[in-house]
Amino acid sequence: MLCKLSIKNIKKSFKDYAIYFFTLILGVAIFYVFNAIENQTVMLQVTNSTRNIIKLMTEGLSWVSVFVSFILGFLIIYASRFLIKRRNKEFGIYLTLGMSKRKISMILFIETLIIGIFSLFVGLGIGVFLSQFMSLLVANMFEADLTKFTFVFSSSAFMKTLIYFGIMYILVMIFNTVSISKCKLIDLLHGNKTSEKIKIKNPYLCIVLFILSSTALGYAYYLVTVGVSELTTAMELFKPILLGAISTFFVFYSLSGLILKIVMSIKKLYYKGLNSFVLRQISSKINTTVMSMTVICLMLFITICVLSSALSIKNSMTANLKKLAPVDVEFYKTYDLTSEEVEHLWQYNENMIEDSKISMLETLKKLEIDLKDFKDIIELDTYSIDTIMIKDTLGSYYEQAKEKYPFLRYEMKEEFIKLSDYNKVARLYGLEELSLKDNQYILLSDYEGWIPIRNEGLKKHTPITLLAKKYYPKYLECQNGFIHLSNNHINTGLFVVPDDAVNNSMRNTGIFLANYNVEKIDEKKQVEEKLNSIENHPYSAFTNLSMITKLFLYESSVGLGAMVTFIGLYLGIIFLMSSAAILALKELSESSDNQERFQMLRKIGTDEKMINKALFQQIVIFFMFPLVIAIIHSIFGIMFCNYILETLGNEKLLQSIVMTAIFIIIIYGGYFSLTYLCSRRIIKERR
Amino acid sequence: MENILKIDNIEKYYGNQSSLTKAVDRVSFEVDKGEFVAIMGTSGSGKTTLLNVISTIDKVTSGHIYLSGEDITKLKGNQLNRFRREELGFIFQDFNLLDTLTAYENIALALSIQNVQEKEIDVRIKKIAKELGILEILPRYPYQLSGGQKQRVAAARAIITNPKLVLADEPTGALDSKSSKMLLESFNDLNELLQATILMVTHDAFTASYAKRVIFIKDGKIFNEIYRGDNTRKEFFDRIIDVVTLLGGDLTDAL
Repeated sequence: MLCKLSIKNIKKSFKDYAIYFFTLILGVAIFYVFNAIENQTVMLQVTNSTRNIIKLMTEGLSWVSVFVSFILGFLIIYASRFLIKRRNKEFGIYLTLGMSKRKISMILFIETLIIGIFSLFVGLGIGVFLSQFMSLLVANMFEADLTKFTFVFSSSAFMKTLIYFGIMYILVMIFNTVSISKCKLIDLLHGNKTSEKIKIKNPYLCIVLFILSSTALGYAYYLVTVGVSELTTAMELFKPILLGAISTFFVFYSLSGLILKIVMSIKKLYYKGLNSFVLRQISSKINTTVMSMTVICLMLFITICVLSSALSIKNSMTANLKKLAPVDVEFYKTYDLTSEEVEHLWQYNENMIEDSKISMLETLKKLEIDLKDFKDIIELDTYSIDTIMIKDTLGSYYEQAKEKYPFLRYEMKEEFIKLSDYNKVARLYGLEELSLKDNQYILLSDYEGWIPIRNEGLKKHTPITLLAKKYYPKYLECQNGFIHLSNNHINTGLFVVPDDAVNNSMRNTGIFLANYNVEKIDEKKQVEEKLNSIENHPYSAFTNLSMITKLFLYESSVGLGAMVTFIGLYLGIIFLMSSAAILALKELSESSDNQERFQMLRKIGTDEKMINKALFQQIVIFFMFPLVIAIIHSIFGIMFCNYILETLGNEKLLQSIVMTAIFIIIIYGGYFSLTYLCSRRIIKERR
Repeated sequence: MENILKIDNIEKYYGNQSSLTKAVDRVSFEVDKGEFVAIMGTSGSGKTTLLNVISTIDKVTSGHIYLSGEDITKLKGNQLNRFRREELGFIFQDFNLLDTLTAYENIALALSIQNVQEKEIDVRIKKIAKELGILEILPRYPYQLSGGQKQRVAAARAIITNPKLVLADEPTGALDSKSSKMLLESFNDLNELLQATILMVTHDAFTASYAKRVIFIKDGKIFNEIYRGDNTRKEFFDRIIDVVTLLGGDLTDAL
């Protein structure tokens, strides 16, 4: 009996459930797609290091999934609360007929169960279908050949989706039961009969607030774009974020009053057709929903930034590589380790101390590395002494620096390189060669954070003393340059000094740079494999020699980029979905009030066309208002992200913005159309 | 006198063949221009159904309704909406004012959906508001108004489009006696000063006594019809009560 009632209820209120279904199905599908990525990558032909990164990525995604399931859980509970509210009267009638609350809970329980099962399987079906496209994206991201396309079904993702959503549905059921057991009959029957008081805000206050908040917003924009180089600490970063969030709230608060006031003063426009009605509808709602509008706007803003940066981050990560890893391979090892240094580094041992005394070439020989595989070989050393730490090179600026940036380490030994050695590297790397007088030094750095600090030290003409001789800076600011291969600007400081300023007793690190002696990429991969296998050589345990290769850097950049992209996509889509769903539900929850109002319009003889237009305008404005402000925010947000990520190609950025727009149109637009269709059907109902 | 409304043998059936309810059963009558007619009946007598079919909210099963010679039972879709907004004015028991709009805007809406220019809207609202004594309350919202004031705003909205016929459905149903009196007096003014034709449905004898003619309906059929003629309102009220007694319905609760 109860079961029959439940099924009939679902059928009857299907249009109310449309948004709920859409949200559930979308949620399930997205959840499956992102959890199935691991299985989608199995058929890809990728190297081992890429495989490891994929593993890391799927681990990351599954952690994100936990977070996502919280968001979805909240969303589903919110949506089901909306549905219960809409059916208050129905429950009220059940109660007056003498049905117990337990039985009503039971009805809801069965309904949730049916809807849950239905949406789970539809969602999973769509998810399995979509995840096939995901393999294409994954292959593209990891630049792997997708030679054979196979249909992949991930049973682990399937099970995971079932379990996670099962838990969510159980929570919804508990929540429903609690909210039913708490409600009072009188409220159920006369639930929506509260007459809302309409406050018109003081227009002058609105103008002042609007000017203030938009100025504050402008200042926040300024901080993250023009003034971005000033934002060095986390605390300073909070300023524009907080400023932006608060002023967004007040922009909504003041605009809702202001727009009404402005249009009202243009009487011709205001008293045309249903304009006055539409405007009042919106402003009456905005008055009560400024807070949620703000939250939705900020969520959309984050979504847009995350999506568009996530899609372009991969490009930016690999773009740096050509410049920062100009040769194929680098070996480096620390010389002359002492037993104290060894002690607190557990992987070191006595043999390593022995090894650290012999030259780089000898170590390579012991590892049976064939030098014939290499060309363009450069071997060089860097030097350091205990008496010159970072704090010593900052001169009198040190005290200030310590106050301003207390978290930096100033107790690290500085590194020196001979001028002739550096020029060899510069020639190979295609960097500018340097020259020095015999009492000069040049400081090289490309790490953004350190450069301003270093420059302060240089401006003070801080001398350094090597082998009892004083050297002075040739340039009063850091020069661009580096020696280690990397996928980032990581050179925090390297001193180029005349060749006779250092001697062998000061040597610190041996560096060996080379290109592979082959041309084709396949052959290079072979050499790479050979080098990777030294890990298994017995001597590798006796040395602190490390290796960095261009190919490895490239793969890890690609992998890291892909990882950030996927996590960004995942979160972005979920955020987008949540904000659109909340908006849609908010709009629909007003529909019973609206139904009455539109019925009145119909009674006084308004055309159906006019009514539909008014409804459309109302929903468009309701959906567009937060989106437009979010887009304005995003313009500056993306500029900031670009600065952080140092994206090079603007072309690629355009691509990712177009992609983001497509996502927004599909998901946000989908919710919008569904809301419009549902509300149109609701206002057509006869009371 | 010019004939505004002509009801020609209309029927309205509900239900199916096995259980047929004749809500309106072969009713015919006419309303002249400038008349103030009340239709009285108990609940379930079919008076609201009658009003609904005249106002084109509902459709007749058979018969014809002519408004200034036009057969409104033949209208469809947007023609119906056009007819409603141009030829009819409505006053409802529960006011049907939009709670989000001020009184002024509520009245203006009836004109703006007819694409009347803003300037003219303003002039016309001021004029009608003066006549109904609601000039001061125009900028207020419905929730700030009393029931009587709300109903006068609704009356202003109904009359402002210069409709051929004003339909009022239990206009005093939600009002206290003092407000009722004030509203009905303004109906009289509308009728006498502006020559508005008013058709009012009520179950209340006191309300009906303000009309010039009362048509009694019972079980979907016209039971009786009386004219006020030269009677005072009080005399007319007594005559109405007599008919009500005759009707034997539960109209005895009327004042």
